[in-house]
Amino acid sequence: MINLETPKKFRMLVSQAQQVAREIFRPNSRHYDRAEHAYPQQLDMLGALLDGMNEGGGGEGAGAAGVRREGARETGNRNSGNLSTALGTMELCWGDVGFLLSMPRQGLGNAAIASVASEEQLKRFAGRWAAMAITEPHCGSDSAAIRTTARLDGDHYVLNGEKIYVTAGERAELVVVWATLDRNIGRAAIKSFVVEKGTPGFELVRLEHKLGIRASDTAAFVLKDCRVPKENLLGDPTINVEKGFAGVMQTFDNTRPLVAAMAVGLARASLERSRELLAAAGVQVDYTQPALTQSAAAAELLRLEADYEAAYLLTLQAAWMADNRKPNSLQASQAKAKAGRSGVQITLKCVELCGSLGYGEDELLEKWARDAKILDIFEGTQQIQQLIIARRLLGKSSAELK
Amino acid sequence: MSLVNKAMGLGLRLINRVSSSEQLDRLHLRKATERALRVGSRNGFRIATSAARRFAATRKLLAPSRLPRAASDPQLFDLSPSEEQRMLQDAAQRFAMEALRPAASEADSSCAAPAELLSGAAELGITLLGIPEELDGAGTESNAVTQVLIAEALAQGDMGLALACLAPSAVSNALTRWGDAEQQTRYLPSFAAEHAPVAALAVQEPQVLFNPFALQTSARREGEGFVLSGVKSLVPRAAQAELFIVAAQLEGVGPALFIVESGGAGMGLSTEPAMGLRAAATARLQLDRVKLPATALLAAGDAAVYAECISLSRIAWSALATGTAQAALDYLIPYVNERQAFGEPISHRQSVAFTISDISIELEGLRLVNWRAASRADAGLPFAREAMLARQLAAEKGVRIGSDAVQLLGGHGFVKEHPVERWYRDLRAAGMLEGMLLV
Repeated sequence: MINLETPKKFRMLVSQAQQVAREIFRPNSRHYDRAEHAYPQQLDMLGALLDGMNEGGGGEGAGAAGVRREGARETGNRNSGNLSTALGTMELCWGDVGFLLSMPRQGLGNAAIASVASEEQLKRFAGRWAAMAITEPHCGSDSAAIRTTARLDGDHYVLNGEKIYVTAGERAELVVVWATLDRNIGRAAIKSFVVEKGTPGFELVRLEHKLGIRASDTAAFVLKDCRVPKENLLGDPTINVEKGFAGVMQTFDNTRPLVAAMAVGLARASLERSRELLAAAGVQVDYTQPALTQSAAAAELLRLEADYEAAYLLTLQAAWMADNRKPNSLQASQAKAKAGRSGVQITLKCVELCGSLGYGEDELLEKWARDAKILDIFEGTQQIQQLIIARRLLGKSSAELK
Repeated sequence: MSLVNKAMGLGLRLINRVSSSEQLDRLHLRKATERALRVGSRNGFRIATSAARRFAATRKLLAPSRLPRAASDPQLFDLSPSEEQRMLQDAAQRFAMEALRPAASEADSSCAAPAELLSGAAELGITLLGIPEELDGAGTESNAVTQVLIAEALAQGDMGLALACLAPSAVSNALTRWGDAEQQTRYLPSFAAEHAPVAALAVQEPQVLFNPFALQTSARREGEGFVLSGVKSLVPRAAQAELFIVAAQLEGVGPALFIVESGGAGMGLSTEPAMGLRAAATARLQLDRVKLPATALLAAGDAAVYAECISLSRIAWSALATGTAQAALDYLIPYVNERQAFGEPISHRQSVAFTISDISIELEGLRLVNWRAASRADAGLPFAREAMLARQLAAEKGVRIGSDAVQLLGGHGFVKEHPVERWYRDLRAAGMLEGMLLV
């Protein structure tokens, strides 16, 4: 039966996440925006809390945790980890996106491990905080062009290369590094490797200064003859040209809805605060009168809220499909594209609606507008999502539609 | 130009327009209109509304019969239509693609829907869904979502024909939702019977910045009953309609809905063909001191009922926008793949491909927001917000999709050889008009 409300069984979790966002994220949000690279101590305690929520909820976590696709057959409609994680992520990012990205043991590396690791690896890496390292100085969206190499040498892979834009790279205990087994083969040879911090040859070279999400550390690494145990390769070690990139790219079908969820939560924060400020100035939005008969500001809020609502439901759709093991690459990209761009448009427009109040640092509106931009970039830029969507709809290969 | 010349010019222009109008021939209205011109009418509404049958109650109901809230309380987020919904959706879709789409172009240019198409639509049982079983219908519970799915499917065939097919059920749906026992027994069984009456929900008025909550059409109390005066715009199938529900500002109360049988004294029509939706044979309805009995007022003028009516109508329009936008996307994909320029399909260019992506994103967003509105209505939750947001998307994204569809076909999109120019015209209506439809 078609129903697009928050499922009853997740309402408690959503309410808990909302409390965390309200009581812990928001009051510390501005402080860590200014104190870039300072570690938000408050998150340690929260990490433990989230671990508890994840365990207690039967894999229905509130952070960027498990988004695994179990093989078990079940019939009927399922609302499970992907949906609950998306809902929890929205609430937490209503509080602060940078904090969510800094939540211990909730990194994108964790999502990758949860999505593609073997049972043995899952057990071995359980309870560890894992970051994700894909981007290199010369390649971003074109991740098939990475140059970091992995060469099998006895019981180890030897990794060489350079990685940038590693979210939580300083704070995480593990980094999932993408490297190629053979640069001549292309996509199919790219594998991901779990690298322990402190492994000789794995060196953090700097932290970036950024437009937004400053509470989250963004690290650059150099890998120099870094020896990683053979069993740290995630998924299938053989090079399967047929399957191509599928192994590693499959992670994105699960993580893109989560980045979309971040943008949705952030956009909601911005809309809600702007609405409060505008209401105090006498601007009320009416949901029955035509937009054109309301004030320009109210009509603008309606436009923004409509885009917000579309992004919100596209995100839930993509997560719900993942829960129900329906192929969702198209919907994941639609959600990411819509939420990414709407997040930017909404937060920037909210700054404009609130004038210098919105632009100044007394409010968080300007910070949210800065934070929003990265969400239309990482885990696949707007343009990459558009390519994925178009190729799927038009039945085009990456050679045809470049 | 002198004032006299100007007045003369206006008069001649009017005669020129009316006498050269193909609309008149197509709607078989020339005789009536010529007569109207001869008698030198001061207003243009000289076409009579059709004579209504005698609506009479054939049974008694102790209390009004409503469709209850959906029985099963949805615990989970779910985007899968039920088995029954899928069946109805499939039937509507087949009808849309096999019957509506091929007839759409001719219906658009002739401003009329073929009678056999309209009876075909009746056979789909769309109207029955909104009428309780007790009154010979097939409805068992509130089914706004089901009606949205059907409306989407029909609009994939053609929006104007979908409007023509669905317009009568706006009236029967309203009577089911808000009619009292007497109103329901008088009218609803005929909607469930063979030769169901054509009917229309008339809210829109010919005003700039039209606001359905600030109507120019007025209702005055006189004796036991009411007197209605005003003009309603773009009323679908008005010339055939036997029954109207008319929105009017009730003095001392606010906007309210009135049941108006056609053929009454003071009622007149003039054809009002528009940019699109032409298959629905839209017309203006004039009410010149039309006398109504006390029983004509729906829901005792309850303001909440009126607001709900406006929101449910917007949901129906957003469903039509969704269906037509889907038709556009489905038409564009093979076109841009086959059309060659500079030695390759134009779909190999990002500017073309990304337009396809954007259409799909905004279309899907519109669909989901509207589904949420409808499912909240079925669950008995407030839904004005969601209906308004869907309308906002239908207005902004729907129009953009119509425009992009023509743009991607270039000059071919501008000519009537392809349906996209019609979709461009129809999509302009869906996020803008009030009333006419109701889920």
